[in-house]
Amino acid sequence: MKPFTYERAVDAAQAVRAVASTPGARFIAGGTNLLDLMKLYIEQPTHLVDVSRLPLAGIAATSEGGLRIGAMATNSQVAAHPQVRAHYPVLTGAIVAGGSGQLRNKATTGGNLLQRTRCAYFYDTTKPCNKRIPGSGCSALEGLNRNSAILGASPACIATHPSDMAVALVALDATVEVLLASGAQRSLPVADLHRLPGDTPHVETDIAPGELITAVVLPPPPKGAQAYRKARDRASFAGGLASVAVAGGQVALGAVAHKPWRASAAEAALRAGASPREAMDAELAAAEGHERNAFKIDLVGRMGVAILSQNAEDRA
Amino acid sequence: MSDQRATLADWAKPNPVTDNRSGLIGKAVDRYDGPAKVTGTAAYAFEVETPSPALYGILVTSRIAKGRITAVDTASAEAAPGVRLVWTHLNIPETFADPEGKVGFAKTHFPLFRDDRVRFFAEPVGLVVADTFENAVAAAQLVGFTYEVEGPATSMDTALDQGEIPTGDPDLEMGDFEAAFAASPVRVDGIWRTPVINHCQMEPHATVAWWEGDVCVTHTSTQVLKRSQVYVSSTLGIPQDKVRVFARYIGGGFGGKVMNHWDLILAPLAARALSQPVKITFTRHQMFHATVHRPGVTQEVRLGANPDGRLTAISMMTWSHCDSAGVFTEPASRFARNLYAAPVRRMGLRRVRLDLPPPGPLRSPGEAPGMMSLECAMDELAEQLGMDPVELRIRNEPESDPETGKPFSTRQLVRCMREGAQRFGWDRRAPVPGQVRDGRWLVGMGMAAAVRGSAILPAKAGMGVDADGVVTLSQAMTDIGTGSYTILQQIAAETMGVPLEQVSVNIGLSDLPPAPGSGGQFGAVTAGSAALAAGMSLRKALAQLAAEDPDSPLHGGPAEAATFQDGMIAIGNRSERLSALVSRAAPDGVYREAASGPAADQGAWDRRSYGAQFAEVGVDTVTGEVRVRRMLGVYAAGRILNAKTARSQLTGGMIWGVGAALTEGNYPDPRYGSFVSQDLASYLAPTHADIGELEAIMLDEEDPKANPLGAKGVGELGIAGSPAAIVNAVHNACGLRVRDYPVTPDKVLAHWKSNPLPLAARGRGVR
Amino acid sequence: MSTTIEVNGQARTLDLDPRTTLLDALREHLGLKGSKKGCDHGQCGACTVLLNGVRVNACLSLAVACDGDKVTTIEGIGQPGNLHPLQKAFVTEDALQCGYCTPGQICSALGMLEEVRAGWPSQVTDDLGAPIPLSAAEIRERMSGNICRCSAYPQILAAIEDYAGDAA
Repeated sequence: MKPFTYERAVDAAQAVRAVASTPGARFIAGGTNLLDLMKLYIEQPTHLVDVSRLPLAGIAATSEGGLRIGAMATNSQVAAHPQVRAHYPVLTGAIVAGGSGQLRNKATTGGNLLQRTRCAYFYDTTKPCNKRIPGSGCSALEGLNRNSAILGASPACIATHPSDMAVALVALDATVEVLLASGAQRSLPVADLHRLPGDTPHVETDIAPGELITAVVLPPPPKGAQAYRKARDRASFAGGLASVAVAGGQVALGAVAHKPWRASAAEAALRAGASPREAMDAELAAAEGHERNAFKIDLVGRMGVAILSQNAEDRA
Repeated sequence: MSDQRATLADWAKPNPVTDNRSGLIGKAVDRYDGPAKVTGTAAYAFEVETPSPALYGILVTSRIAKGRITAVDTASAEAAPGVRLVWTHLNIPETFADPEGKVGFAKTHFPLFRDDRVRFFAEPVGLVVADTFENAVAAAQLVGFTYEVEGPATSMDTALDQGEIPTGDPDLEMGDFEAAFAASPVRVDGIWRTPVINHCQMEPHATVAWWEGDVCVTHTSTQVLKRSQVYVSSTLGIPQDKVRVFARYIGGGFGGKVMNHWDLILAPLAARALSQPVKITFTRHQMFHATVHRPGVTQEVRLGANPDGRLTAISMMTWSHCDSAGVFTEPASRFARNLYAAPVRRMGLRRVRLDLPPPGPLRSPGEAPGMMSLECAMDELAEQLGMDPVELRIRNEPESDPETGKPFSTRQLVRCMREGAQRFGWDRRAPVPGQVRDGRWLVGMGMAAAVRGSAILPAKAGMGVDADGVVTLSQAMTDIGTGSYTILQQIAAETMGVPLEQVSVNIGLSDLPPAPGSGGQFGAVTAGSAALAAGMSLRKALAQLAAEDPDSPLHGGPAEAATFQDGMIAIGNRSERLSALVSRAAPDGVYREAASGPAADQGAWDRRSYGAQFAEVGVDTVTGEVRVRRMLGVYAAGRILNAKTARSQLTGGMIWGVGAALTEGNYPDPRYGSFVSQDLASYLAPTHADIGELEAIMLDEEDPKANPLGAKGVGELGIAGSPAAIVNAVHNACGLRVRDYPVTPDKVLAHWKSNPLPLAARGRGVR
Repeated sequence: MSTTIEVNGQARTLDLDPRTTLLDALREHLGLKGSKKGCDHGQCGACTVLLNGVRVNACLSLAVACDGDKVTTIEGIGQPGNLHPLQKAFVTEDALQCGYCTPGQICSALGMLEEVRAGWPSQVTDDLGAPIPLSAAEIRERMSGNICRCSAYPQILAAIEDYAGDAA
């Protein structure tokens, strides 16, 4: 790793000030993604502000009937929380589909949202990648792109977002609370947190440097069944080829785009009385495959149809 | 020690192992090295205590696959904190080519950093040594190379016609294949492809080295100590007896540590330059390119048969890639020369030169990828014939080696298949694909034969007994997880008639009597035969000692009649404790060495281990994901030396088959000549969740023509055929024939696009 | 940076480069080499230790970030001659071959069993509201963060079942 200095934050306000005022500074919480990338010199912070001990790990009901999950709650804690299991099983299902037990014990809610793509060319620092080196080109476009995006990609980047958890959060209409360096707070939907690549794929979220995610807020659970389904090449501890999160009539797709993909077109079609097949076809009408990943259009469509049909059957 | 080679008649005589009076041979004895390994006290190479604090070396690897280094900038690295040394081809001390060419299949590496050429992606081109690991890693990033890039050749498909016939491996042609094939009423004709497979040993290659005067001491992760010793001595240009190679514990080999790499030379070289111990480990990412891998293999299999299932003609041609100067060829056709009867036969190997990293042996070279094609072709043939796949194989069972006519020493393939079929419930297999449904899964069964050669190589061993009666077995042997420690302990205990606890196993050091190490599933029988020989020699010495010792109750007895049991040496009804004899008559202990090897007349027999693999898979009707539900292997591999460790070897091999069938593969990017998977997150070795119910059964067998132990190898038998059994099960489940390994969801979904599921494809929603 | 970590019940103070991972602190600074470096990226599980009682990848933890924490490594679980029952079960069931992943498997299994006891679900848990059965499927899934390339998985499963059965 490139040399860096380290400090342990004493409170959130001091943490955001420290990062905002120190060039090259980054927050570190669980570190499961950041240290991985630092060891490869993909990330090269010069100062780390450790926020993992901040009192932001609580999970508590909100007055609106939802749930507020502190950003430092580990993935394991969230997945196992009785309220989450009882009312947001899609979130539990998504979290436990990701990583390994060890990683989930360390990875935090905020960090999970901000994890970076697993695109092989992003990880191989000998290759052009517009995320690592803006303007250098996208190696995946003409490369071994089996895991690449089929929705919302651009000629500059066809990487996907790797989070399972975020797919469920998007389906649940969750929002994130963010602390700014000024001390002010803002919140935004998880669905708007991540960006599509466009021609700036290195800008992945709408969180500015120095801003700290402090919590994820779940609205009351939507009516209807919830389910998370993930397809992958090995049975466990592997990134998804595609995933589908359903919460009532709300649908999100994973591993298919630069962000967790809210399937708004499918939802609209379902509301209009379309069949699951018609709804997924509507969602995937604009999907575009590359040489090796076109199968993901078929795959995620089949998964969506199956999960929506099952839920329809359960309702019947 | 006699130079005269043993004969099969010698091996047929009873010996302590075949007599097995104490019942230790074959017993499910706990692993000798188990307690050290489960407590983390077993020290692997990088972990060995050094006589003074060690420096840390990190390899710098090339960013291109092919071309020339035009400039090197080491200034900032040299100025970085803690840096003690930066080497590139411009300033590395001289190293030498190995005169015997024995150090590896890939000769491109040697001598190190020899010129400005880059021959494959991530080839080591520099070394940084620093005071800490962190400083070494950081400084390695600062070494700047400028390259003149050339386009790498990476496609085997477009280079098949340039394949070379490897030296010493001419094609087999028996009869006119094309004519016989054309005349066959039933035919299978296909191309199968298996991708690059990475070893992914859990312990990356690593070496710790220091110098004691002019003696070079290395601790390294190697399967073959003597080869490592030769490599160090020849490359550094020092006498062999000035090189000590230790490998007490090795974190997995699988063939990849049969050859050694840069760490083993650079660590002693840097330790000499800096007069301080140096330790170098490959990073996991470096392991994917800068070591070896099983090459991609393209196989053309053509089977002609009569309607009764009898093969009339069989052809198997294989192509595998190799680096520009390497000599490794995947011998994927070789086993097929022997497996099935057919009057007309053609087999051949081709080596295709590509600008990819050097390939090398990986668990069951030849059989592992080769059976992935032939055993699927046999399944296709059975389907065409409307015949049960087990029955088809039984019909083609040869009476003797179909090429040479040699008799088989033992061959229980048919029994393995029959017993396996019965135990597995093979009669419940639906003959037509796509018939069995379990919830969202389509379920199918498949089977395949398994065969793997069983060689014995020349080896020596030493056996000693001290005044406390402790028996020590000494050998330059390795245990890469195979169980060498344990079976040597058992053989020593049984031979000397002492309890297991009274045996010490001293292996993992090149100073000791030489053995060829671990590989090719020859390790146990080769090392074990030498241990038996050493024990026999020691028994003789002890018997003489007793017979000639006036103070021994055995004095004057016929030494050749001595027996050894329960810690006693006896002649007739006179006996005494071994410890009493040795402490009195030879207080410094008694030690003998002996050699063993192939029998002079062994070549008249064909000797292999056999098995039958059965698999049941589920294919997800929504996603096309394939999961193995259960597997059974039934094996006939001679005398089993340890029922526990042998079973682990076999089930381990079967699980490698799961990986090869379903999850594993690496692929060169044709633009860059690099493999796309460079870590364990993207290279998918099977996880625990990928494995369902799995059992390995070992049939009773002794093969006195294989070696004096009557044992045969098991380390590589389990992987042979198991991927094909799984792929045949996939076909039985859903009708898909995959000839491009592995079977991934995209291939299943493509199949369903052209062959819609017969039943409504509706899956369960949740998890 | 001065860092104090309680390792296997003993407070250890080290002056560390902030880049030092917990794994390298254990292996290279404290001589506790039982925790293995298989990938250094959280992808193999060989470095698994118990951090404040919870299993984590030591390679993806900065040692300085563990200041004040309690770490249990394989050396703290049992020693030769004084094996922990799970270590014994690993030997008896032959749940190891090369042994390099083994300390991580054992630490992981101990952490895993606590997670099951606490009712944490996995992706094969059918009923998120019910107590978690310690089924083979649950153990396999939960142990999937520990790659064993020798592929001793069936034996590892048996060892964990033996131990959990005896401990129950």
